[in-house]
Amino acid sequence: MPKLTVVTRTGDEIEIEQTRPGASVMELMRDHDVPDLLALCGGSRSCATCHVWVDTAFLSKLPEAVEEESELLDSSMHRQPNSRLSCQIKWKDELDGLRVTLAPED
Amino acid sequence: MAQPSVAIIGAGQAGLQVAVSLREQHYEGRIALIGDEPHVPYARPPLSKAYLLGEAGDLALRPQTYFAQHRIDLIAGKRAVAIDRTRRMVGLDDESVIEYDHLVLATGARNRSLPIPGVELGNVFLLRTLDEAALLRERMAAAKNVVVIGAGFIGLEFAATATKLGANVTVLDVADRPMARALSKTMSAVFTREHEKTGVRLMFNTQAMRLLGEQCVTAVETVDGKILPADLVLIGIGVIPNVEVAATCNLTVENGIVVDEFLQTSDPHISSIGDVAAFSNRHLGGGRVRLESVQNASDQARCVAARIMGQPDAYDAVPWFWSTQGSLKLQMAGLPSSGCEEVVRGDPNASKCSVFLFRDGKLACVETHNRPADHMLARRLLAERAALTPDQAADPTFDLKSLLPRPAARVAAA
Ligand SMILES: Cc1cc2nc3c(=O)[nH]c(=O)nc-3n(C[C@H](O)[C@H](O)[C@H](O)COP(=O)(O)OP(=O)(O)OC[C@H]3O[C@@H](n4cnc5c(N)ncnc54)[C@H](O)[C@@H]3O)c2cc1C
Ligand code: FES
Repeated sequence: MPKLTVVTRTGDEIEIEQTRPGASVMELMRDHDVPDLLALCGGSRSCATCHVWVDTAFLSKLPEAVEEESELLDSSMHRQPNSRLSCQIKWKDELDGLRVTLAPED
Repeated sequence: MAQPSVAIIGAGQAGLQVAVSLREQHYEGRIALIGDEPHVPYARPPLSKAYLLGEAGDLALRPQTYFAQHRIDLIAGKRAVAIDRTRRMVGLDDESVIEYDHLVLATGARNRSLPIPGVELGNVFLLRTLDEAALLRERMAAAKNVVVIGAGFIGLEFAATATKLGANVTVLDVADRPMARALSKTMSAVFTREHEKTGVRLMFNTQAMRLLGEQCVTAVETVDGKILPADLVLIGIGVIPNVEVAATCNLTVENGIVVDEFLQTSDPHISSIGDVAAFSNRHLGGGRVRLESVQNASDQARCVAARIMGQPDAYDAVPWFWSTQGSLKLQMAGLPSSGCEEVVRGDPNASKCSVFLFRDGKLACVETHNRPADHMLARRLLAERAALTPDQAADPTFDLKSLLPRPAARVAAA
């Protein structure tokens, strides 16, 4: 099954093999128990507690961030060019091999 | 006692997060998570929004399998009815007993009921639990005229949802403006205008006197004699903290379970967090408050888990909150209080603006409507106690970020 790798805040790697197309990367991480992921607003682009850095090789495979997402990220202390809200990345099989790093808490 | 153990009463947002954080920090003892709802812990915010529209994903905060995997004894569908502080035991309604070294009271709050005739009629709803929302969703399908009593967050979120579903919606409130207890006048006015644009009818300075109908509600009669046809009524007039179980064991209770800055009750073996806990911290300007938000539940849970793990810290998080009302998005950082100076950033007549509130010249709270960047910056400005002046806040060209320390340069990861 197409695989997602998550780098945790302590630098550990978690491999998620049970990916589901349509689920968000946030939901996959939550259901696979990635520590320190809060995702407090449950994916409604309100909290930015699901902020990840995405493997740059995959950035072009992701739909562009809508304005609200960019605004939330722009004001984060840990903003990087490869920052995304994981709740806004819908899983699809082309993302096989995607690697994301949980950004530090703001 | 053979093994250390933590018992948590209330399996909601706060109670679950204590268990999760303890396991993340490698707590080895037993964890009992006791909740009277027959579900795994779930997110409440979608209940007044996406869930009713049929657009919410899974509401569970953790999959069912999580609990066994992490040795968390989720006792769902049972109520804690007594606490024996001397023997450190919790009694449940099935007469079973759970021992603890540390007890966390995360019992949340329940909706305030409205003491007027007719509230027992069919199709009159309160909205707090998944079971209530499930029935409400079913009944919404046929609802044409909806009356919402209470123009607070939940009332207005529901009003926007019901409007989207095609109902005619009227919202009543005794106050003279929406979300009057929590919002500045400027932001209330923005929300009044925006809700009215979508067709919601708002009636202020009035009250429901009784609900009319035989089996199901058919109308709402107001104190000023208006009859509003209604085939569904939602009452959202605030909540009451669930303090009963704490009161049975003589913990201090005063509009919530009273805790100190470490979120500890008057008994060092018992903490309280989330909607039920009455606490004070530096963001509150001295008073004691109860906050009803996901952020507060989650951050307080993490604070208590860290203390149980031997890292006590005063609870100091900046409060923040969001409320999605149809296409309107309200976000708040800090805490509102009366007597603040209001400074508007952006155009309050446009589709986005922010209101910065200053107490004694210091930034106390920021309300944003469709300006998420201001919201995120506000959280940081408040956390850093940045010296923002009202003039700077009012100046749209002033860069708010310039008041924040720059993060250390970081190599792009991943
Ligand atoms: C419809 C709705 C929409 C909301 N929207 C937002 C939003 O957009 N943003 C936001 O920040 N917040 C929102 N909130 C508020 C947020 O959901 C609460 O602040 C949060 O759930 C509080 O968590 P808690 O764990 O303290 O309480 P709860 O989630 O209420 O959990 C407490 C649990 O304890 C149980 N319990 C109580 N007494 C006992 C007992 N004696 N024994 C066993 N179990 C017991 C209760 O039944 C409940 O299941 C919303 C709330 C509602 C109802
Ligand atoms: S979960 Fe809140 S923004 Fe992604």
